[in-house]
Amino acid sequence: MGAAPRTAVIDYGMGNIHSVSKALEATGHKVRILSHPDAAFEDFAPSHLVLPGVGAFGEGLGRLEKAGWIPLLRHWIGEDKPFLGICLGMQLLFGESHEFGTHRGLEIFSGSVVSFDPGQGKVPQIGWNEVRRTIDHPLWRGLPPEPDFYFVHSFHVRTSDRSIVLGETLYQDPYPSFVGRSRVTAVQFHPEKSQRTGLALLKNFGAL
Amino acid sequence: MLKKRIIPCLDMKGGRVVKGVCFEALRDAGDPVETAALYDRLGADELCFLDIGASVENRGTLFEIVERTASRVFLPLTVGGGIRSVEEIRRALNCGADKVSLNSAALANPSLLTEGALRFGSQCIVLAVDVKREGGSWRVYSHGGTRPTSRDAIEWIVEGVRAGAGEILLTSMDRDGTGEGYDIALLETVSRAAEVPLIASGGAGTMDDFRKAFDAGADAALAASLFHFGTVDLRDLRRTLYNGGAPVRPPLPDLPEDLP
Repeated sequence: MGAAPRTAVIDYGMGNIHSVSKALEATGHKVRILSHPDAAFEDFAPSHLVLPGVGAFGEGLGRLEKAGWIPLLRHWIGEDKPFLGICLGMQLLFGESHEFGTHRGLEIFSGSVVSFDPGQGKVPQIGWNEVRRTIDHPLWRGLPPEPDFYFVHSFHVRTSDRSIVLGETLYQDPYPSFVGRSRVTAVQFHPEKSQRTGLALLKNFGAL
Repeated sequence: MLKKRIIPCLDMKGGRVVKGVCFEALRDAGDPVETAALYDRLGADELCFLDIGASVENRGTLFEIVERTASRVFLPLTVGGGIRSVEEIRRALNCGADKVSLNSAALANPSLLTEGALRFGSQCIVLAVDVKREGGSWRVYSHGGTRPTSRDAIEWIVEGVRAGAGEILLTSMDRDGTGEGYDIALLETVSRAAEVPLIASGGAGTMDDFRKAFDAGADAALAASLFHFGTVDLRDLRRTLYNGGAPVRPPLPDLPEDLP
């Protein structure tokens, strides 16, 4: 492997990014936390981009917009540069969300974000659950076919585009918990909280 | 399938682990960061830091420990003990905690649960409840179990969930420290009443106590001295529960050796 990945972590005020940054550092990434796509971003010249985030869809999108990230994200993803969305950072890539009203997402992937059904089980889903490999991808390298990852969420993605579903998880019904197309990837779970399994995935991301 | 969780709890006072941990592998048995790293290697599903000293002066120390731990150990962390405000919740989360547990402060001011849930999401607001049996019901105690309140456990838990708590950490004071097993009747009653995940605490003495707690409806089971004193080895516990068909994570998979 060549030089260490230079990884920008987008800080848009949606949840703690301390653990994400530290886990990336522990797996060989050179990390910079950035709150605007400004001169500091240019100076750092990242090779990899991570969009983390926990919280409400509408607020997250609004904050990304306000900080000026949307055009850069579209451009970055359009050029198929290494990208990893985590949790809310995954959900924002989809078409629309029904969390506290209807919001349009970035529409990078087709699909929507819907709530678990409180009538069918406890919401949020908190804890370790399996991600079953549906399509092979470099991010899966070295991992077992159904590893457990740590999840904390009340909303999940639904999509009819099976070509982007790299892994799925069963909670109430099976849903896509790991999506991607080429080097643009996203996970609903928290690799930064999934012990060595999560670190293995972050390391693989660095090699994209 | 969502797994049942095994959670070692580190009781802390003045930045040190109380009771210590009886492991030869630890250079400093009182160091919370080292202890957390050990439990991580042994395959804990999550860790809970409870500041039982809980004085205001020590709050900075607690946050600093959380930050150091979260820089080194990549698993879910719950932090509790004396957290009283939205600002303190924010600080704990920013230091790398995933969840904050609220006990006496929530009893004194239930709207703290609501404010915390609105600001950070109910998934990171844990309502910690210490209870003691009285006849056929359970009474809630505050201030580390030293003060009886007028509240019934079930009523308070239902109210707390409605106010915004996303998880319940339920400690049986009758069983705590006895090793006689979790209070199964309590767990069954609360898991029927609460629609959020339930963590059993107080009384674990054998491996089978964990299975019984899970069977009674607990989503997670917490223990402190059982692990600290080496009465039960985490790896043996996981293997035994897994092989016995309990819905826990399998023993850790073999992964590339070059990971930290």
